[in-house]
Amino acid sequence: MSTPMSTHAVHPVHSSEPLLSVRDLRVTFGRRGEQPFKAVDGISFDVRPGQTVGLVGESGCGKSVTSLAIMGLLPTRGNTVEGSAVFDGEDLLRLSPGQMRDRRGREIAMIFQDPLSSLNPVVQIGRQVTEVMERHQGLSRKEAMPKAAELLERVGIPDPKARLVNYPHQLSGGMRQRALIAMALACKPRLLIADEPTTALDVTIQAQILALLKELVVETGTALVMITHDLGVVAGLCDEVNVLYGGRIVERGDRHTLFSRPRHPYTVGLLNSIPRLDAPRGEALSPIPGSVADNLPWDSACAFAPRCPNALDVCVQQTPEWEGDDVVGLRCFNPMGVSR
Amino acid sequence: MLRFVLRRLIQMVGVVLVLSVLVFVWLRSLPGGPVSALLGERGTPERRAALEKALGLDQPLPVQYLRYMERAVQGDFGVSTKVLPGEDALDIFFARLPATIELSFFALVIAIALGIPLGYLAARRKGTPLDTTTVIFSLVGVAVPVFFTGFLLKYFFAVEWNLLPVSGRQSTGLDATRVTGLFVLDGILTREWDAAWDALKHLVLPAVALATIPFAVIFRITRASVLDVLDEDYVRTAEAKGLTAQVIRGRHVLRNAILPVVTTVGLQVGALLSGAVLTETVFSIRGIGDALATAFRDKDYPVLQVLIIAAAAIYVLVNLLVDIAYAVIDPRIRTR
Repeated sequence: MSTPMSTHAVHPVHSSEPLLSVRDLRVTFGRRGEQPFKAVDGISFDVRPGQTVGLVGESGCGKSVTSLAIMGLLPTRGNTVEGSAVFDGEDLLRLSPGQMRDRRGREIAMIFQDPLSSLNPVVQIGRQVTEVMERHQGLSRKEAMPKAAELLERVGIPDPKARLVNYPHQLSGGMRQRALIAMALACKPRLLIADEPTTALDVTIQAQILALLKELVVETGTALVMITHDLGVVAGLCDEVNVLYGGRIVERGDRHTLFSRPRHPYTVGLLNSIPRLDAPRGEALSPIPGSVADNLPWDSACAFAPRCPNALDVCVQQTPEWEGDDVVGLRCFNPMGVSR
Repeated sequence: MLRFVLRRLIQMVGVVLVLSVLVFVWLRSLPGGPVSALLGERGTPERRAALEKALGLDQPLPVQYLRYMERAVQGDFGVSTKVLPGEDALDIFFARLPATIELSFFALVIAIALGIPLGYLAARRKGTPLDTTTVIFSLVGVAVPVFFTGFLLKYFFAVEWNLLPVSGRQSTGLDATRVTGLFVLDGILTREWDAAWDALKHLVLPAVALATIPFAVIFRITRASVLDVLDEDYVRTAEAKGLTAQVIRGRHVLRNAILPVVTTVGLQVGALLSGAVLTETVFSIRGIGDALATAFRDKDYPVLQVLIIAAAAIYVLVNLLVDIAYAVIDPRIRTR
């Protein structure tokens, strides 16, 4: 329980320079005449080669917006992106749309939440896999087809050659997500961002997809950013976990420490709201009261204070500062396990 | 697929039968009639009765209808009473068909060639001046009657600026060989390039006038459909793959956005046929629309019956073709 976190956090492969270094990322949505909304409010984190980093939080905490901002996939109208996201020495946020287009799919790939809607319904699976290789590796469709079959086989799709000419609606949900993973990995990207990749799937399929992702990450050395609201996913996959609330990171740590000694009341709340099989019969789940709509603005208070069981007066008067570094940290006036 | 086509063809026979009854009854319930049209004011009661008897109009309606159908199944749809007296009604239809096909075809080509690209552009640039102007333009296209557009075009392009011919399908004095009755195609087939070019120039104004409504509808459907598709997750996936704008536009956006547009194009054939009545009248094109207008004025029952039923059959047939095309484009329908 009380193992120093450094023994967990510093895995040899992780000690290298970060592959992706996000600093003070801010995304503001707003139209003229409307109060701007800060979806992401100063997020910083590092991802090292081969490392799996989790971004965890409820709907609306800014985790998907963070990933879309890094990918350059946010709509250009009506929002501003500030800060930096340095990938391999280049700030992705300063690249031109064309330069970003050259990197997406080749250096950085992404897997999305709903595999059915994320696949083009009128294009064959094979074509949707080969088009990435045609674009980035200069292959012809003919040259890329056998590679697509190999990729489908690699992600565990049976009879891959026959699947190449199938359309998305002819595949099961799990197969579709596997196909999406095959598309993402087609050009051997160095960074993979997975946005809730298992949310739309059955539980048994979820476990298979997570096992596949884990296996592929180890095998290819791809760094993985895992975006999820599901702490179970984090427990099985992530080396480092960032807990997001209201567009800011409120707690960070390696997964062992975070699960055994969570300090932010929000992290504790998330952990307590997981149903457990070994809980005594009849014991009610303890959800976090309230909803994200109750948030306070971060610039004058702790956004979580209205829902926090540990809230003090100071929590609604001042903004808690980030205490920590790029490995472990906390943003809280009154963390759990500290006597008042 | 074959069963689907067969079922639709049988349905089509039903549609045509029901329509034949409606047209038959409806025409005879209109005031006036062929006898008044033929005899005018000079008609004495005796002459009227004689003519009515000769045309078989003295019989009760059901008897008239059954007699008509009896001959119709043998290919005899009666003879024209006034448009081209004595001429076989079906022959009139086939003689007039090429002009209307040519006109409608060019109008549809114009409507699609402008409507789909502009609809795409307007959706991509939603809210910009380009979008607003094209939307307003298309609204005007739907709202202004075809004959008015026709007169306007004719006044400026033909009369004032003398750029294009005023009316007709071919300049008088031009001795062109006829093969199909489609004048532009005839000119190409016989290598009479001057005839083809002359026919094409005659087509421009009526085709543009006739295209306004289908253009506006196709434009608006394309715009709405592209806007829907742009929000789809698979377009974001395509972007995430770093695909070129060209591939995303063609393979991912347009290929999906085109589905509702295809259906619309089929339905526009109806607009083309009804628009042809006005356009052909304004530009003196001797097609089905023009024949229909004349036959109405003269209460030429046999001609009217053939033209209306044939137009309906064409409409149903085209929409069957559209449904087949739809199944070819959308794999989700194919496998169902």
